[in-house]
Amino acid sequence: MSDAAATTPAVTLVGARTGGFRGWRRDPWRKPRVLAAVTWLYLAWSILPITIAIALSFNAGRSNTQLQTLGLRWWFNDSDGGALFQDPDLRRAILQTYLLSFVTMLVSVPFGVAFAIGIDRWRGRLANTANFLMLLTFVMPEIIIGVALLEVVRYVLSSVGVHLGTVAQILGLVTYQISYPVIIVRARLLSIGKEYEEAGMDLGATPTGSVRRVLLPMLYPAIFASFAIVFADTVDDFVTVRYLSGPASSQPLSIFVYVSTRSSPTPAVNAAATLMLITTTLVITLGWAAYKRLARGQEADVAAFGQL
Amino acid sequence: MPEGEATPAPKGRRRPDREESPEESGVWYPRWFWPSFASPGIVWLLVLFVLPFYVILAIAFGTVDLFRNPLPVWQPWWWTKSYLLDVLTKIFGAQAFLRPTYYRTLVYVIIASAICLLIGYAVAYYVARHAGKRKTLILILLISPFWISYLMRMLAWVNLLESDGYVNRTLQFLHLIPANHPIAWLEGKPVTVILGLVYGYIPYMILPLYGFLDRIQSSLLEAGRDLGASPASTFWRVTLPLSKPAIYAGLVIVSLPMFGDYYTNNLLSGSPKTTMIGNLIDDSVGSYGQGPQGAVLVIILMILLLVPMLYYMRSTLRAQELK
Repeated sequence: MSDAAATTPAVTLVGARTGGFRGWRRDPWRKPRVLAAVTWLYLAWSILPITIAIALSFNAGRSNTQLQTLGLRWWFNDSDGGALFQDPDLRRAILQTYLLSFVTMLVSVPFGVAFAIGIDRWRGRLANTANFLMLLTFVMPEIIIGVALLEVVRYVLSSVGVHLGTVAQILGLVTYQISYPVIIVRARLLSIGKEYEEAGMDLGATPTGSVRRVLLPMLYPAIFASFAIVFADTVDDFVTVRYLSGPASSQPLSIFVYVSTRSSPTPAVNAAATLMLITTTLVITLGWAAYKRLARGQEADVAAFGQL
Repeated sequence: MPEGEATPAPKGRRRPDREESPEESGVWYPRWFWPSFASPGIVWLLVLFVLPFYVILAIAFGTVDLFRNPLPVWQPWWWTKSYLLDVLTKIFGAQAFLRPTYYRTLVYVIIASAICLLIGYAVAYYVARHAGKRKTLILILLISPFWISYLMRMLAWVNLLESDGYVNRTLQFLHLIPANHPIAWLEGKPVTVILGLVYGYIPYMILPLYGFLDRIQSSLLEAGRDLGASPASTFWRVTLPLSKPAIYAGLVIVSLPMFGDYYTNNLLSGSPKTTMIGNLIDDSVGSYGQGPQGAVLVIILMILLLVPMLYYMRSTLRAQELK
């Protein structure tokens, strides 16, 4: 807080040297050491295990509990062929991860954006019900959605040719992810208001033309943020993906990590998890940069990116 | 948003297949215009969200074939309650062997959410009020867990907690435990599972709390101080009551996924001693002949979580309206 920071020096002069509770009484805005300690300890606790897990992927030995000499054995050239980019199953898993994320992103964002625009401008009971359903997919624990989708594929969709596997996984992932673009875009729409597209129409645009050429460009920041968030979240997904996976070839990296973590962990598992981490970080950074660039002049909120 | 937008245009003034939005300039949209944007999403939700739950009902109240595979019954008037009663007996009846799992889940979730709140509130408060120049750095560190897969965060703890992992080695180094008897953290210890839950979900608590505390104006706190309240009572009587909605929202946000969590337990314990509701569902779905039971368990979980889910949806809607 800037104003808290600003008041600190002024009050310090009065006598913040007195420690303990009396010092706090006299100067409640002095540096809160306990809170600071809790915060930094928390941050260390939250970051350190991840750092160690990343480091372990560069182990030259077999252990994924202790760091030995460093090397890229588990990324590229394990003697038994178990490295991440070496094992044919793992390579297929990597491709499957990117395929699922990419297609899910391409499907769910347009659906979500159109849905958000439609629901936001079309008021009424039906629109409210649809919005209610959409939010329900957002708050519901993933296991419930995953099991329900598994059963619908098994007992209904298989009769129209959709079997457990990549197509089912994409259908499920889109269902689980579609609420993100809806929520992000709606937040933006509420702050835009209707004036712009109506101005466009006053200037002679058709309703469709006005949405496409006036409203949509104003939504680009939200749309790009949605692309990034959906992609990154799908890379990490393993609940929906696992229930809907069919043959072994449809299993992405996340399932490999889930299955191997307790059964036969080698540093290749850490390498797989690290690759997922690199991917999501890259995608989110790109999305954030695009968001910032497109939203110049519009307020950009760091926390908005994490809130979902 | 003005209320008036919700009301449809008066009928008499409608042009053929066009509708005037009330109280606005002369802008005309065809009646079907906005619904047509929403309809693909609505169809999607009907087929892949509403229909799946109907299938769950049809399985839970349906029957099984000769090989004990579920045989969904699509007509509600032929539904049977036998599987529902069967599961309810296992929860409430004399041989209630599912009951401990429900209690255990409740206890784990309450403890884990409480720890999330205690640590989360302190961190959020510090970042909102005192972080100063380091605020951006801290915020980035706070957000980063969102983009680190849940799996990786659990994997990191599996690495650390193995019998020859760094946690045991540190404890041995400090002579807190005997050198040749490492603690089996990953073999059914409730502490480990709760640690995993807290570690996994606390970021979801901190950010909304931070967002809220950051918006409390310091003039309110100064007013409290000016009126003679001590800093402590300013906190108890101004800050804390103001942040109540954020606390409730945070508790709901972290506890909902915890109730449906099976993977934390599978990865960090894998023992029946720490089974949670999510494990019951996951095991039923994965094992032969348990289809109807799995469907009933899903329905029970949904009913249990109905109130918190509605609360969360309401606060999400509110947050949207306020923006």
